[in-house]
Amino acid sequence: MSRNNLLLIVGVIVVAAVIIFNLDMEVADKEETVSLKPAVVFDMGGKFDKSFNEGVWNGVKKFTEETGIEVMEFEVTNETQREQAMRRMVDKGATIVLGVGFAQADAISKVAADNPDVQFSIIDVGWLDAPNLRQYVFKEHEGSFLVGVAAAKASQTGKVGFVGGQDIGLISRFACGYVGGVKSILPNAEVYENMTGSTPAAWNDPARGAELTRSQIDRGADVVYHAAGGTGVGVIQAAADAGKLAIGVDSNQNGLAPGSVLTSMLKRVDVAAYETFMDAKNNAFTSGVQVLGIAEGGVDWALDDNNKSLITADIKSAIEKAKDGILSGDIVVHDFLADQNCPY
Amino acid sequence: MQTSRLPAYVDILIIPFLNLLTALFVAGIIIAIIGENPFTALSVMLKGAFIYKGGLGYTLFYTTNFIFTGLAVAVAFHAMLFNIGGEGQAAMGGLGIGLVALSLGGVIPAPFVILLAIMGSALFGAFWGVIPGYLQAKRGSHIVITTIMFNFIASSILIWLLAGMLMAPNQMSPETVSFADGVMLFKIHEILNSMGFSVARSPLNISFALALLCCFAVWVLIWRTRLGYRIRATGFSTKASTYAGYRPEWIIILVMAISGGLAGMMAVNEILGVQHRVILNFTSGYGFTGIAVALMGRNHPVGIIFASLLFGALYQGGAELDFEFQTITRDMVVMIQGLIILFSGALAYMFNPILERFFSANTPQKEMLDG
Repeated sequence: MSRNNLLLIVGVIVVAAVIIFNLDMEVADKEETVSLKPAVVFDMGGKFDKSFNEGVWNGVKKFTEETGIEVMEFEVTNETQREQAMRRMVDKGATIVLGVGFAQADAISKVAADNPDVQFSIIDVGWLDAPNLRQYVFKEHEGSFLVGVAAAKASQTGKVGFVGGQDIGLISRFACGYVGGVKSILPNAEVYENMTGSTPAAWNDPARGAELTRSQIDRGADVVYHAAGGTGVGVIQAAADAGKLAIGVDSNQNGLAPGSVLTSMLKRVDVAAYETFMDAKNNAFTSGVQVLGIAEGGVDWALDDNNKSLITADIKSAIEKAKDGILSGDIVVHDFLADQNCPY
Repeated sequence: MQTSRLPAYVDILIIPFLNLLTALFVAGIIIAIIGENPFTALSVMLKGAFIYKGGLGYTLFYTTNFIFTGLAVAVAFHAMLFNIGGEGQAAMGGLGIGLVALSLGGVIPAPFVILLAIMGSALFGAFWGVIPGYLQAKRGSHIVITTIMFNFIASSILIWLLAGMLMAPNQMSPETVSFADGVMLFKIHEILNSMGFSVARSPLNISFALALLCCFAVWVLIWRTRLGYRIRATGFSTKASTYAGYRPEWIIILVMAISGGLAGMMAVNEILGVQHRVILNFTSGYGFTGIAVALMGRNHPVGIIFASLLFGALYQGGAELDFEFQTITRDMVVMIQGLIILFSGALAYMFNPILERFFSANTPQKEMLDG
């Protein structure tokens, strides 16, 4: 090849290398001297999943707004990144790292063991053990029991439906509590249960959610509860289109189709996220498992302007009665995960 | 492959470089639009992939995955078979490792378990490639259709097992229990640290060496053996291959076995190297990206190594972008990766006419001959 061409190539490469490596060297590893550096690692759903991750993000946002402390965040895209993200947060000086969802359990237990001076917290996990790890578990069965009571009271056909996301024990726990609530009012009620699928894709399949809902409505159901993340948007839409009622989950979804959403089962992951960072800020961080049920304000039902007209005094008093019963211990809602079995 | 009237070094060096620059230029415009400095972003991406603590290790870790799946696609492509089932073959490979490691781990010494597990991954992957191969060769079912459907079947089998009989007790994720102690591959950083070098922790493990070994083996197979010649001959013309007495249907089945085995070995890196248990979705699309890797690497092992390195750097550097900038989300990162694939894969020959004019004007005729 000619010398000119060779020079040209070498020149281009050298110039490119210089541009690439010298433009901004100080961007890496910017160290700040703040005593508290919180970090959150969202899971594959992403922080705007209208559901679980977004609930956490709302809690994080509230923390940042109130304290002015920036929270480092990352959304993972593959399996390896969970552990990488947590280690990276620790390397960047994070003092507390919050993991979102049970899929991060393995990663957080490894990273927590390697970094005893850093605090860790994870939501929806209760089976790990580390001195620097806090775990949040929600009593979804209790909240589901309440909306089951509401469904039974609002149903005119005596038939109600449930649409779950991924077919896992956690979602069976929602279903079982719901059935318990329904049957506490209508012992002979029929409850149709469908799971959307067996992979994580089942969390984001609104078309299939709508299809399952329509089929349940065709069989006579007039209230359908979903615990299916993004899939639930389709459930609510299908119920609203058919003039029936839906029940939302995780965050307050009453506003998604005002007048067609009977209520929502609130799972306050935002509380868990907010509390984690607040406790860390106030030096009140504790390890161990935090179980958030009705008594702790971790699960509840939603009543606002959007569903005020749907919740009659009768429904409301029935829900409140069930709530009081659970609080006092008179009603013990069966936990599916305790024995992988639903007695209702 | 398109025949080029350009000197070889232009074809191999300058064109990919120009394509990459164009892609980065377009990505840079978009980054500027959202209000970040594109040069800062580029430098973060490059430093994240090669310079930051552990960055190079992660890049090479992803590279290892892409080498396996890229080789799998390339080997099949030499017989003109479009194997897009790398994802399913890798998933089955993971299952093979899992079954060996879970049944023999702790029973026989760990090194033997590892050896058998690696063979298990290749065998299971090969098995998952052979079935579509057989259907293509003997029944004429198109390999593209069958391999893509076998991805779904593999995924369903894995879900059924991991959410059922293989699921670890007392937790919620569809995954197996961890393998017995010692049933894991050495990490490169552990080896180097024990030799006195200080190297940051990364998931890079010795399956990288296995991947390079496979590259060499594939090169020998395709260009230095009779079987390789027959594979290429079958790829060029099935009829000619039949006429030469090669029995193309057996070559198709054999090629799919090799291809599936290579894809299955991707699980060695992920499962045996890092996770130490079988998890759902460990394939994360590497099987599909392998198609782009093979296309970019022009189905040659050396090209595949470099294409894998590029994709590995994109994955790792992209993650660093997400870490460093609050405004750059992971979706932006996917977009940047998509632009690079678009310009260096789909639009690979965009600059050829311009460069051909440039070089035919500037280069004497005889110099073009040694290209």
